[in-house]
Amino acid sequence: MIRRLLSVLHARNLEFLRDRSTLIFTLLLPVLLVIGMGFVFGGPERPLFKVGVLADHIDRQAAPFLRERYVEFIAVPDLREALRKVTHQQIDLLLDLRAPGRYWVNTDSPKGYIVEKLLLAAQPTARRQPVSGAALRYVDWLFPGILGMNMMFSCLFGVGYVVLRYRKSGFLKRLHATPLSAFEFLSAQVLSRLALILIVTTILYVGIGAIIGFHSAGSILLLGLLAILGALSMIALGLTIAARFSSEELVGGLLNVLTWPMMLLSGIWFSLEGSPRWVQWVANIFPLTHILNAARAVMLDGAGVVQIAPHLLFLAATALAFLAFGAWSFRWRID
Amino acid sequence: MAALQASATQRVEFDTQHRSAKRTVSTALLEVRELVKQYPATTAVAGVSFSVPPGICFGLLGPNGAGKTTIIEIMEGILPPTAGEVRYQGAPLGRRFREEAGILFQKTALQDFLTVRQSIALFRGLYARGLDVEEVIRLCALEKLAGRDSRKLSGGQQQRLLLAIALVNDPAVLFLDEPTTGLDPQARRNFWELVQSIRARNKTIILTTHYMEEAELLCDDILIMDRGRIVAQGPPRRLLHEHFAEVLLELPRADFPQAARALALKIIDTSDRVEITTDDLEGTLRTLLAAHVPLSNLRIRPPNLEDLFLELTGTELRP
Repeated sequence: MIRRLLSVLHARNLEFLRDRSTLIFTLLLPVLLVIGMGFVFGGPERPLFKVGVLADHIDRQAAPFLRERYVEFIAVPDLREALRKVTHQQIDLLLDLRAPGRYWVNTDSPKGYIVEKLLLAAQPTARRQPVSGAALRYVDWLFPGILGMNMMFSCLFGVGYVVLRYRKSGFLKRLHATPLSAFEFLSAQVLSRLALILIVTTILYVGIGAIIGFHSAGSILLLGLLAILGALSMIALGLTIAARFSSEELVGGLLNVLTWPMMLLSGIWFSLEGSPRWVQWVANIFPLTHILNAARAVMLDGAGVVQIAPHLLFLAATALAFLAFGAWSFRWRID
Repeated sequence: MAALQASATQRVEFDTQHRSAKRTVSTALLEVRELVKQYPATTAVAGVSFSVPPGICFGLLGPNGAGKTTIIEIMEGILPPTAGEVRYQGAPLGRRFREEAGILFQKTALQDFLTVRQSIALFRGLYARGLDVEEVIRLCALEKLAGRDSRKLSGGQQQRLLLAIALVNDPAVLFLDEPTTGLDPQARRNFWELVQSIRARNKTIILTTHYMEEAELLCDDILIMDRGRIVAQGPPRRLLHEHFAEVLLELPRADFPQAARALALKIIDTSDRVEITTDDLEGTLRTLLAAHVPLSNLRIRPPNLEDLFLELTGTELRP
C-alpha cells in the first residue's frame, strides 16, 4: 500500500515541479501578498487614543475626563474582555465608572502613558491598576488570516482541479485498471499538496513576519502541527468535491460556494466576536474558523497545545471524515 | 526465466487441450457468462457467453458499435455489467486479477510532464510483482525515447509506451482494445511484431479490432460480434473453411448487369463491387460467360475474414 502511494506521490510531485507556469504562480502569489502587506501596513499608524469604559453605554456627562478631545471612548461591558484589550494595547486605558476612580493601564504602552497623564489631570484620585503586554496591531491580528486564506485557496482549488483533469483525460480510468485503491490515490494527492502548502506557508510566515516585525507568542512547532492538520482537513474537503464530478463548471461553482462563506465568516478580516450566535455557529462548521482561532490563540496569546486541543481534534476528525467520504464516493471514470 | 519455463509447460498442456477441442470450464482462464450491458437508450451487449483458454490470442471482432469495447471493459473489471459475470481462473474478478492483468485502453492520457521512463516507473510502483522498468523499455523498443516527455511521442510510439505500461506487471492476461486504430501502416506492422513477440512469451491476449488482417495474423480464436451479439466463434481458418467453399469472385458493380442478378449465384453487394462465392469455379464462370457478363476486370481470391463478416451480417465491417 505504501509503495503504491509513494509511486503516485512521486509522479505527482514531478508533474507539479515541471509545470513551470503553475509553479511560478504558486510561489509568486505569496511574494505578492508579502509585498502588498508591506505596502499597506508599512506606513505610520494614525495617532488616536482609545479609552475603554466599563459600561453598557457612555454618558459623556458622567465624568470630566469623558469630555476630553482626541480621545475615542468605547463602551466595554465585560471586564475580562476589556482587560485582554488593554493587554494587547487595543485600547490605551480602561476606566471603571461603576467603581469611580479605578483604571487599568498597560505599562508597556507609550500611548497608555500619555492618556494616563490626561486622566490624572482630570481625576487626580483615580487608583492605578497596572497591566503589561505588547501592542497587538491589526496587522498582527490579520497575519494569521492571510496565511489561512492563502492555504484555503491552495487546498481547495489545487487538488480539486487536478483530480478533475485526471478524470477527464482518462488517466484515472487507467489507474483504476491497476491494484491502486481510491484511498491510496487520494492520500497521495493529499500528501503532495500538503508538502507544497507547508513550504509556501513557511515562506509566507517568515517573509511577512520579517516585514511587519511579527514574533509569535506561542510555540512554532505547535503552529506547524496546526498548519498540517488544518491543511489536511481543507485538502480533504476539496477532494470530496472533486471525488465524483466531471464538470469544471460544477466543481468550480461548488468550490466557490465553499470558499466565499469561509472568506467572510471564518474571521480572516475581522473578528466575529459580538456577531449573532447563529453566525458564530455557522462559522464553526468551517475548518478555516478553527485554524484561525487556534492560530491566533497561539500566535497572539501564546496558547499551548491544551488550549487549542479542541480545534486540533476538530481538524483531525474532519480530515479523516472528508478523506473517507471522498474515497467512498470516488469515481474513476466519467459516467 | 523460471516463470517462462513454467508457462512453456503450461503452453504444451494447453495445446493438447486445444487440439482435442475440449474446452471445459476448469481450463478457461477467463469465462464470460450471460453478459448483458444495458444503457438507457441501447443494449450494448445482449447476453453473451464465451470462455478464453490460457495461452492464446483471442480476438473480438466487429464494426463500431458492435459491443467489443463494452465487453472488453467489463472483462477488464472497469465497467460493471447490467447482468451476468466474468470469472478469472474460476473466481470473480478481484485483487488478484488486477495484479495479473495488463490493459491497453483504446484511449488513455498519461500524467503530464513525465518522461517515458517515469511513466512506466509510476505504473511499475503500483504492482507487487513485475518486470524491471529497463526490461520493459527494451521489450517495447523504447530505449531511444526513454527520456522524452510522454506527450511528445508519435501515435505509434505512444501506443508502444501504453503497451509497455500494460506489460509492466508481467501480466498473465493482456487486454488490447483496438491497439492499432489510427496508426499508419508501418507503425501498425511494428506493433503487430511486438504483439507476436509477447505471444511468444505465452501470455494470454484478448484483442478487439475491426481490422481483419490484424485478427487473421494474430488471433488463434475469434469471436465475431454484431449489435451486441455473437455471430460466429472459432479459429479464423476454421470459420473461413466452414462458411466459404473455396473461392470468391469479385467484379466491379458497373460490369455486372441487372439481368445477371436473376442467375442462380450467391451474390453479395459491397459499396463498389459485387462478390460471388462459389465452390464450383468453372461452373460459375461458364454461367457468367453465358450471361455475357464482362470478365476482364474479374478478380478471383480466397475469402478472408472481411468476407466472412459480410456473409454473416450482411453489412460491411469497416465504418
